[in-house]
Amino acid sequence: MTSRPELPPPRPSGPTGRQRAVAARTQGTILRRRVVNGFMAGVVAIAALITTLPLIFILVHLMKQGAAAVSSDFFTHMPKPPGEGGGGMANAIVGTLILIAVACGIGLPIGIGAGLYLADFRGSRLATAVRFLADVLNGVPSIVIGIFAWEFLVSPLGHFSALAGGVALAAMMVPMVTRTTEEMVRLVPTSLREAALALGYSRARTAIQVVLRTATAGIVTGVLVAVARIAGETAPLLFTSFGNQFWSLHLDQPIAALPLQIFTYAISAYDEWHAQAWAGALVLITLVFVISVAARFATRARFTAGAHD
Amino acid sequence: MIERTAVATTAAPVEDAGGASPSLGERIVGTSVGDRVYVAAITAFALAVPALLGLVFLEVARAGWPALRTFGFGFLTTSAWDPVQGHFGAAPAIFGTLVTSIVALVLATPLAVGVAIFLSEYSPRWLRQPVGFLVDLLAAIPSVVYGLWGIFVLVPLLRVHVMPFLRDTLHLGVLPLFQGPAYGPSMLAASLILAIMVLPYISSVSREVLLAVPRSQREAALALGATRWETIQKAVVPYARSGIIGGIILGLGRALGETMAVTMLIGNTHTISASLFAPGYTMASLIANEFSEASGDLHLSALMAVGLVLLVITLIVNGVARWLVWRVGQRAGVGAR
Repeated sequence: MTSRPELPPPRPSGPTGRQRAVAARTQGTILRRRVVNGFMAGVVAIAALITTLPLIFILVHLMKQGAAAVSSDFFTHMPKPPGEGGGGMANAIVGTLILIAVACGIGLPIGIGAGLYLADFRGSRLATAVRFLADVLNGVPSIVIGIFAWEFLVSPLGHFSALAGGVALAAMMVPMVTRTTEEMVRLVPTSLREAALALGYSRARTAIQVVLRTATAGIVTGVLVAVARIAGETAPLLFTSFGNQFWSLHLDQPIAALPLQIFTYAISAYDEWHAQAWAGALVLITLVFVISVAARFATRARFTAGAHD
Repeated sequence: MIERTAVATTAAPVEDAGGASPSLGERIVGTSVGDRVYVAAITAFALAVPALLGLVFLEVARAGWPALRTFGFGFLTTSAWDPVQGHFGAAPAIFGTLVTSIVALVLATPLAVGVAIFLSEYSPRWLRQPVGFLVDLLAAIPSVVYGLWGIFVLVPLLRVHVMPFLRDTLHLGVLPLFQGPAYGPSMLAASLILAIMVLPYISSVSREVLLAVPRSQREAALALGATRWETIQKAVVPYARSGIIGGIILGLGRALGETMAVTMLIGNTHTISASLFAPGYTMASLIANEFSEASGDLHLSALMAVGLVLLVITLIVNGVARWLVWRVGQRAGVGAR
């Protein structure tokens, strides 16, 4: 401990005028800084409030309009021409499910396989390049994916098809699934992997039975997030699956999809169709939110599973 | 998501150390047939990703080439779009794309960064999750639903209240930005919906990079006597700046390529107008609107060429954004969270 002999002894008299002025100025500065501090706290809180407002407006309006138009017919009946009233979007709901299934069938193996590669060969030059290009692919506008699928599948085959729509959606899914798989596989402890290898498991068996199984919940979450996103996509389907007013389950035929149907009805001139569009939007958004919430639960399951281990 | 990647990268320093040292995958050389099949399979899947991107680029470029060859550089700078005469210039669409995206960013950025700062610095713990969840939900709403809401709620609101208010009550009509009749479908409507749509992207990236700023950075500033806001302003935000800018540019990439909501709100006319009240076109909405009714090969090729221009712009924008965000992740180092 050092003493401070240099300090002058405290003056018996009160502070000088200059000192008082400095003290007052300091008080002023502190006050100003406090006010700015409080003001900015208010500003960012208001920013948060304003940001959540559009969401609430949209959802409330959607519930009001959609609930008035949704009925059991909506899920079981086919679209009706304007003027007749009623009808539903049974074909579009099934069509959307089929398109998601096709997209998953193509996109999941590629995405998960590529993700495994990125995690396994993380340092290699190819992995770095693939990782970057996956991010770039993720940023390609959906409409460009749509015209690509048209040029690649629709134009050569000569007709719109559910398959082309599924391929377009798969192209959007692949980068998302690749990156989440990689992240989730990386979270698997190396020790676990080494333990399996030390027990004489082959590399393939280690990857599938130990690594993938451990990472399953995380990968499921990533896949669900990707599915939630492609379920609402319209632009890639405009020129690929095209939409269909009739019941169709054929992969080589045009197929209806919920977002396409909403778009067609929204820009039409008929009030009945507008009501149907709202109903469709409510169903679509419910589907998307249910998948998103399921994704959250899948993540939670992973953490509770981890706690038990 | 992006930030998680960055953390994952830094969480494995042992494997990556030395650069040339083989990773786990390379060190353990499989000998069985099954292993070779497995490695071959995942390598093939990994190669499928660049192949897919290359294929997208090549197919669109090939299809757009005839139009680009016919019109040359003028394709980007002329504004005639006449399928009957066979003249195509994409300038109005490029103009509309840039204007709507930039206005959207100007509107969305302060809010998005504000929310991010609120969530990472100010929010009480119990509020953090729900508000973050609500903002993320904005990103989950499909584009076509935004469009639907825009047509029936936003556009009437703009036409009846907002546009006359801006132009006449506030007298902003003297500026070229707010002149002309208030139709409703307009670049303003498209910009507003885009602002709502890109907001969650900017705010989630910003929030992640702000959370990645080391605690010591804040503690140092607070220890010097800085107020909370001064800490944020002088110590936290500058540290995260390039990541936040990366998030804004990622939002720009989203806005540039956004199709459905814009198509439903922008009015779809081939005009270049300084006024935000005027209808316009974007590259994406031009393709969405005319592609299925394209008359003749040249028209189709011109639309493909528009797609190619859009693709190239978004590739550049996204590349820059990823690089900026990645840089913050690198700097934050181990223990970013």
